[in-house]
Amino acid sequence: MKNVIKTMLCLGAALLLSGCERPPIATVQTGYRGTGMEQVYNPRTLAQQAPLNQAPVAPEAASADGPKAKDVYKNVQVLGDLSVGQFARHMTSIAQWVAPDVGCSYCHNPQDFADDSKYTKVVARRMIQMTQHVNQDWKAHVSETGVTCYTCHRGNHIPKNVWTAPKDRKYASSLLGDLAGQNLASKEAGLTSLPFDPFSSYLLDNKAIRVNGQEAMAGVGAYANRASLKQTEHTYSLMVHMSESLGVNCTYCHNTRNFASWEESRPQRVTAWHGIRMARDLNNEYMTPLTSQFPTERLGPHGDVAKVNCSTCHQGAFKPLYGAAMAKDFPELLTLAKP
Amino acid sequence: MAQYQNLFTSVQPVGPLHDGVALPQGDDKRLGQPFLLHLLGRIGNAQIGPVYLGTLGLASLIFGIAAFNIIGFNMLASVDWNPIQLIRQLFWLALEPPAPAYGLSFPPLAKGGWWLIVGLMLTASILLWWARTYRRARQLGLGTHVAWAFAAAIWLYLVCGFFRPIMMGSWSEAVPFGIFPHLDWVSALSLRYGNLFYNPFHALSIVFLYGSVLLFAMHGATILAVSRYGGEREIEQIVDRGTASERAALFWRWTMGFNATMESIHRWAWWFAVLCPLVGGIGILLTGTVVDNWYLWSVKHHVVPAYPLGNPIVVDPALVGVKP
Repeated sequence: MKNVIKTMLCLGAALLLSGCERPPIATVQTGYRGTGMEQVYNPRTLAQQAPLNQAPVAPEAASADGPKAKDVYKNVQVLGDLSVGQFARHMTSIAQWVAPDVGCSYCHNPQDFADDSKYTKVVARRMIQMTQHVNQDWKAHVSETGVTCYTCHRGNHIPKNVWTAPKDRKYASSLLGDLAGQNLASKEAGLTSLPFDPFSSYLLDNKAIRVNGQEAMAGVGAYANRASLKQTEHTYSLMVHMSESLGVNCTYCHNTRNFASWEESRPQRVTAWHGIRMARDLNNEYMTPLTSQFPTERLGPHGDVAKVNCSTCHQGAFKPLYGAAMAKDFPELLTLAKP
Repeated sequence: MAQYQNLFTSVQPVGPLHDGVALPQGDDKRLGQPFLLHLLGRIGNAQIGPVYLGTLGLASLIFGIAAFNIIGFNMLASVDWNPIQLIRQLFWLALEPPAPAYGLSFPPLAKGGWWLIVGLMLTASILLWWARTYRRARQLGLGTHVAWAFAAAIWLYLVCGFFRPIMMGSWSEAVPFGIFPHLDWVSALSLRYGNLFYNPFHALSIVFLYGSVLLFAMHGATILAVSRYGGEREIEQIVDRGTASERAALFWRWTMGFNATMESIHRWAWWFAVLCPLVGGIGILLTGTVVDNWYLWSVKHHVVPAYPLGNPIVVDPALVGVKP
C-alpha cells in the first residue's frame, strides 16, 4: 500500500512539473528599479532560435553599367531601371529567398520568362512593390534596417506565419455551442482562451484597440467609457499575439501598472503602434486586392487571401533576423519603383 | 505498535456505525447504509454516510445538474460534438455570456440565451443549497455560522454575475462559465478598469485572504502543538480551560505579547474568511459603475508612487498626428 501511494505521489509530482519550463531563466532589467520592467529569457530557447534568425550572405553587388533590364527584357514592370547584371542578381536572390527548391520556374514560364500566366509571378511583382513601399513609407516601423522578401519568406513559398479568417465550426448555426469567437485553444491567442481572431478587427478593420479611460471616475452619457470587457479581451488577444510574435513580455513596451500610459512606456511601443498600422495598410492595400489572383486552394476557408500579422516578419524575434540590415544590400528595394 | 495518543492519531478505532442524533419530526429519513473507508479515515472520519438529502437538497441538485449539463452540452457542441476534443480542450471551453449589443435583453438561445438560463439555474441551485445549510444547522440545534459564511461567498458570486452586469446595463460584463475563460475574464476586468491592484477593496480582500491563511496556519500549528495535553478537544477547552489552552496562550503571549482565546480565535478566523469575499464584492461592484480607472483613482488620492520617466519621454503617436 505504501509503495503504491509513493509511486502515485511521484507520478503526480512529475505530472505537475511537466508543464514547467526547465531553468535557467535570465532576466534583463529594462526600466527603473522597482517597476518590474524586465525581460525574461531562457538561454536554451534563445540558442535554438538563433540559427533560425540568421540573414543569408548577400551576393556580390553587380555593376550598374550596361543596358537596362526594361530595354533588354519584355514585360518588366518593376525593377526595370536596374542594369541587366543587377536585375539577374535580384532575380536569383528572390529564387533563393522564396523558392530555393523550385527555382525560376516557381514564378516564370520556362519557355517565356515574360509570360504573366503564372499567378505567382503577378503576386511576386506586387510583393516587390509592397517591399519597396514598406522600406520607403514605413520607416517609422522598419527604420533604416528595412525588409526584403527574405524577412518574411525565409526560403518558403508562403511565409510560415500568415493568417486568414478562421474556419467556422461545422454546426455553426446550431442552437448550442456558440463560441463567440473565443474559448478554444488557439496558437493565435498564445494558447489562452481569448478571441482566436484578433487580426480581422485590428489588422484589417480599424477597430478601436484602446479600452482604458482617461478619467478616474465612471462618466455618464457622452462622457462614459463604453469599452466592454469583450472588447478588452480582443485587445488582450492582439497584445498576446504581439508578445508571442516578438518573443517578449508585456513590459517590453508597457509599464504594466498602467498599460495605457505612454509616458511610462518604452519607446518600443511607438514602433509597435506604427507596426499595427503598417500591417493594416499592407493587408488592405496589397494583400486583399490580390485575392482574385490566387487559386482557391491558396485562400482561407472564407475565401480571403493570406494576410500579414506581426509574426509574419518577426517570427519570434524582437526584431526580424535580430535586426540584420539586409535591405541595404538591395537598394532597388528601398524606394518605390516609378511606374 | 501504534498508540492511541489523541484525536489526530492515525489509529482508527472501529465501533458500531450510527446514523447520528435523532431528527425532529417532519424531517426526511437519512439516506444510505453507513460504511467505513480506511483511507478517508486517515484524513478525516472513516465513516461515510448516511446523507440527509431532503426537499431543498433534492431541488438544489436538480437545478445544479441541469445547469452543469447545459454547460457541458454547449461545450461539446462548440467542438462539433467531438468527445476527444471536449476532453482535450475542456479547460478552454466555455458557455459565454451574450454580446454587448444585447444589453440586458434576453438574447437568442445560441447567442447567450443559454448563459442566462444556466445563470438562473445555477443561482437557484446555490440559493437552495444555502437554505439547506441553514435549515440543517437549525434542525441539529446548531448556530447558523456556516450558512452565513457561505452567504458571503454567494454575495461575491452574485456581484460578478448578476448585480454588476445589471448596474452596467449589459449581461456581457458577466463571467463566462469555463475554466480558463473565467480566468481570462478576471484579467480582462483588471486591464479594462485600470488595474484592480489599485482598487482598495481588492487590497482589503487580499489582506483577509492572506490573513485567513496566516490565521489558519497559526491556529492549526498551535492546536497540533498542544494536542499532547488534550488541546485538540477545543470545544471542551473553551468551557473548561486546561493546561493545553494555558500553554498555547502563554506561547503567543510570550512570543508576540498578545494571545487569542480558545473561543476568539475561531471568531477571528470566521471574520477573516467572510470579509474576504464581502469586501472583494464591494470592490467589484464599484468597478465600472463608480470608478472607471482604478490607477487614475489612486493617482487622484495620492497613493501611487512616482518613478523617474525614461529619456526622451515617450509621447502617444496618435496625439502627435504622425502619419507615415
